[in-house]
Amino acid sequence: MSDVLLRLAAALVAGRIRVIDLTQTLSPDFPQIVLPPEMGQAWPFRVEEASRYDARGPGWYWNNFSCSEHTGTHFDAPIHWISGRHLPDNSTDTIPAARFIAPACVIDCSREAATDADFLLSVEYLRKWERRHGRIPAGSWILMRTDWSKRTDPVAYQNIDATGQHTPGPDTAAVQFLVEERRVLGFGSEAIGTDAGQAFHLKPPYPCHYYMHGSGRFGLQCLTNLDLLPPVGAIVIAAPLKIKEGSGSPLRVLALVPSPDMKPAPAAGERAAKAKSPARKKRR
Amino acid sequence: MTAPLARPPRKNPVLRTRQPMLPPGNRSRVALGLTAAAARGKFELQVCRDCGTTQYPPREACHACLSQRLDWRAQGGGGELVSETMLRHSNELFYRERVPWRLGMIKLDCGPILVAHLHGDCAPAPTRVRVVANLDRAGQAALVAIPEKDTPNMADDRQLREMTCDPKFRKVLITDAKTALGQALVEAIVAAGADLVWAGYAEPWKKPPGFDRLSSLKQVSLLPLDLTNSRGVKDIAGEIGGRVDIVINTADHHRNFGIAARDGVEVARAEMDINYFGLLRLAQEFAPAMRARGADGQSSAVAWVNLLSVFALSNFPAHGTYSASKAAALSLAQCLRAELAPAGVRVINVFPGPIDDEWNQALPPPKIAPVRLAADIVEALRGGAEDVFPGDIAQDWLERWRDNPKALERELAALPR
Repeated sequence: MSDVLLRLAAALVAGRIRVIDLTQTLSPDFPQIVLPPEMGQAWPFRVEEASRYDARGPGWYWNNFSCSEHTGTHFDAPIHWISGRHLPDNSTDTIPAARFIAPACVIDCSREAATDADFLLSVEYLRKWERRHGRIPAGSWILMRTDWSKRTDPVAYQNIDATGQHTPGPDTAAVQFLVEERRVLGFGSEAIGTDAGQAFHLKPPYPCHYYMHGSGRFGLQCLTNLDLLPPVGAIVIAAPLKIKEGSGSPLRVLALVPSPDMKPAPAAGERAAKAKSPARKKRR
Repeated sequence: MTAPLARPPRKNPVLRTRQPMLPPGNRSRVALGLTAAAARGKFELQVCRDCGTTQYPPREACHACLSQRLDWRAQGGGGELVSETMLRHSNELFYRERVPWRLGMIKLDCGPILVAHLHGDCAPAPTRVRVVANLDRAGQAALVAIPEKDTPNMADDRQLREMTCDPKFRKVLITDAKTALGQALVEAIVAAGADLVWAGYAEPWKKPPGFDRLSSLKQVSLLPLDLTNSRGVKDIAGEIGGRVDIVINTADHHRNFGIAARDGVEVARAEMDINYFGLLRLAQEFAPAMRARGADGQSSAVAWVNLLSVFALSNFPAHGTYSASKAAALSLAQCLRAELAPAGVRVINVFPGPIDDEWNQALPPPKIAPVRLAADIVEALRGGAEDVFPGDIAQDWLERWRDNPKALERELAALPR
């Protein structure tokens, strides 16, 4: 067994396996989820300086920060949703650690999302993907690539109008298919929720939250760099903070990806892996 | 007649910015009664309860009968200008920089004869004038004789402008321009002749109705500003802080809960984060530059306006945590006032009653309209007071509070939720 890890370590050192950062920078400028103002709200990321080599602490710089469990690139635990509230091991502190490392299937919906902000991922779309890339393995992350993370202007990223938010996500049947027929580990998206912006109007409302968490599966939101991942073959490391009874947590999401020259047959049009994290445009 | 104020030429950046000097500011405790009234925009004098004499200057006892039963009573201020003089020299640094300075002796209809600052539009003696009490740059009551009837461009009088905070040709930061009040205030300040209005807005992805029209005003510069974001406030202050003449902090978080009606502290914390800590962040980043610019030419840094609430005086249990956050803000605003005082920058606290907005939807009228409140804030800047209670409800509750704060506490607790 140790041979496997030694080979992995050697491949990492040699660059035959790349590490892609799927995480947005935690910044006060990154938008947080919007709920009607009379409801409880998710805190945005905020930072207060404790000292910076000054009278408050002459030799050191450090900050105190505050945010929601659901701020920035974050993990959703089953306890987040009412449908998952009674499941065993449903919070960030009790989920078995082994489930934080898993293979990923990347469903490229970027073309559809570019023209339709309300694009819904369907069973038909997933089956078409499977015909090209093989059956979705049980226990994998399903990552919906939309290139939404390339919207560096927070207004475009939120994409809110008088009828609410318009961001892509899965439809109800697709979620049920993934949960029941493919037994996936969870669903990840580039937008601010795993559900589509208009998912309140689906049946049930927010089906991805309802069914994924209701069956003990996870969510990842505000991912980036999904365009640097292969459709299959990446391993995602997504370990939330060990918050007692945590419903989720901001986290660093990493993907291990074989170098292009390692892959037997690179998918057409796939871009060379570039381990960069695009800086979010400042608000002013 | 006063010539209309001309737009000041651009500042000569080679010359040293003058340090703010203040008029003499020491007052006895009894004389502070005059200031207490002027702070609310009133001219009050001591009236003897025993012999009825009205006296000035304030004293411990009645100068006519030696009674100590003296009441501060509002005065009409009407009187006759008896004589005038032009001050051409002063060893007081504030006046030394501002002479010539017109002074007059006025015989008030209620009796006392006093010396007052004399508005340039007052005709030569003998003539009828009105005496008003303004706060001067030292924050103390100063009596000003103005013409009996308003004259054109009256507010542009050089001496009067030293005691007001007129937004004309000034640069104004409005911290939250997204609300109905914020939008109305941007338009009112532009209409009042401000050169530049920074219209702050947080959470740009939430666009309220009407907000887009502000960007069509050429004096308006939209400014991303979120008072909960310390780094953001610091960055913005670094960018514009040295140019802001007037801050109007309209940022306000208002929910309607007491203690029992809402589980947890999230709502109360959000209210404190904007209403209290937001003011603190803003003050830490913007006040230093304003302190340095208290005498920066005709359009100097001059005022800081806080949107408080009449609930800051006494808790309205139906909006209990909001009231508490406004009480905290009032206390901090007093600290800010003390810290800006050396620069002559006036801190104006505005205490409206319920504003006619979504968060007061369930309260019965009367409620103050945002447009009316905006107009009152502009008037406060043009006037000489520092505590402003706009609208009937605020006036009513102020009087009740001054008369008997415990009674008001009971009355507010008895209001329907």
